[in-house]
Amino acid sequence: MQMTDPRPLLSGQGLSKTYGKLRAVDGVDIAVQPGEALGIVGPNGAGKTTLFGALAGAFPVSAGVIRLDGAPITTLPAHRRCALGIARTHQVPRPFLGMTVFENVQVAARAGGGLDDRASVARAAQILGATGLGDVANRPAGALGLLDRKRLEVARALATNPRILLLDEIGGGLTEAELEVLIALILDLKAQGMTVIWIEHILHALLKVIDRLICMAEGRVLAEGAPRAVMADAAVRAAYLGSDPE
Amino acid sequence: MFETLVQAIAQGVLLGGYYAIIAAGLSLMFGVVRFINLAHGDMLVLGAMLALFAVEGMGWPVWLAVLTVLPVMAALGWLAQGLMFERALQGGALLPILVTLGLGAALQNAMFGLFGSNTRSLGAHIGALSWSGWTLPGGITLGKLPVLVFVTAVGVLGLLHLMMTRTRLGRAIRATASDPEAAELCGIDARRVHRAAAAIAAALAALGGVFLAMRAQVTPYAGPAQLIFAFEAVVIGGVGSLWGTLIGGIVLGLAQTLGGAIAPQLSLLAGHLVLLAALAWRILRDEAAARGGWRALTLRGGETR
Repeated sequence: MQMTDPRPLLSGQGLSKTYGKLRAVDGVDIAVQPGEALGIVGPNGAGKTTLFGALAGAFPVSAGVIRLDGAPITTLPAHRRCALGIARTHQVPRPFLGMTVFENVQVAARAGGGLDDRASVARAAQILGATGLGDVANRPAGALGLLDRKRLEVARALATNPRILLLDEIGGGLTEAELEVLIALILDLKAQGMTVIWIEHILHALLKVIDRLICMAEGRVLAEGAPRAVMADAAVRAAYLGSDPE
Repeated sequence: MFETLVQAIAQGVLLGGYYAIIAAGLSLMFGVVRFINLAHGDMLVLGAMLALFAVEGMGWPVWLAVLTVLPVMAALGWLAQGLMFERALQGGALLPILVTLGLGAALQNAMFGLFGSNTRSLGAHIGALSWSGWTLPGGITLGKLPVLVFVTAVGVLGLLHLMMTRTRLGRAIRATASDPEAAELCGIDARRVHRAAAAIAAALAALGGVFLAMRAQVTPYAGPAQLIFAFEAVVIGGVGSLWGTLIGGIVLGLAQTLGGAIAPQLSLLAGHLVLLAALAWRILRDEAAARGGWRALTLRGGETR
């Protein structure tokens, strides 16, 4: 089945990240096709966020090879990977405090998107409108509520003009109505051809968006495939839901 | 008596400009790189020594020496960050202190070896600027050099402010200061930004050093005292705030000149006491905030509004 797939946009082979004796990520193979939306679930401590850190370049991996569009990027620093098209959001939003919402997005468009001053200002304004942040553009980023902070994470990531978006529990802590807003935003991006890997605990949100699902546990891939099939997997239910089916 | 007081206040404010210049670099390094550079004062003296060498050893005009020393020191700051500070930062909280303490000692002894221990000054090379002044109505005199230093300080802080808010580098610096990892994910080379900040800080130190050599005398071991003044201005004005360093510098300058007006030997002590007062005020304020603010303290048991 893998043989017939086109070349993956982003892939990791044999990825490991160890902290002392702890194997946070332990020999993970992952690949996402262009335009695909891949979901990742797993219990806390499964290594999901560490995997994102490895893909985005937050730290060097202990073993394995990461490729973007076939070219190895394993040793590139995060800002170079960003320039090549990998963007990431954080589970707990990390806005640049002391800068306005607009500046947060513009600085990303300028540095990561490679635009000049004038173009980055226009791009930032456009993204703020598209992500529903137009009205708060001139507020300090630290003054935003949780939904707007999550939107800002997405807006800042989009400003770098990514080819692939790594979303880390973007839905956590939101109300149902707020969640719907974010799902609509992500579906919209997907419709425009954006490749997405989305870590999420809120399954019904994830299932509305993803094409394929990976379940991780204890640093490894437990199951992979069609979302419903993965969630029905006995090992997944045991590890992730903590109980056997029925 | 009144004139003495006004004179002391005027001198204190102007002296604050010098302290703002030497504090701004320290504050930038701490605010952006999260790095305490204990060699900041020694880099200041190095800037002064290089300018003195250019003027006395090579016969350059002072303006040319200053314009050369600033970029040279900026380059040294860039290199120091890339070769030393960056690595020290990865080694825990203690290593930056040890590394910069060692760098400071090495600089002091290197300068002693190269330039000798004599006190030296640029004062003789800047003509009437070193002693002339303007006399205001009421007999208050303002030295031209202190005024120049103060105006330069305000100008430099203004330029830094513009750079921080309007330019690509400035925004990248602010983003990196806030969250270096998130900045990297936005395409910003955080290490490069740190080097740029270190370069600016070193140039500011050199500018302070040149002014110190113009208004006073320097020796290779003059750095640590200047470091303490810079620290005091930063702490009084608030860590990480550019304009705060000007306020902190002015408060420190005022304390020193007013203390000195009472008795010359009280000058430095008065500055140190103001630092302690600023620290105490901050601790009390934070404690009060933890209990619900000053209002909660003063209205304890009373009506709530």
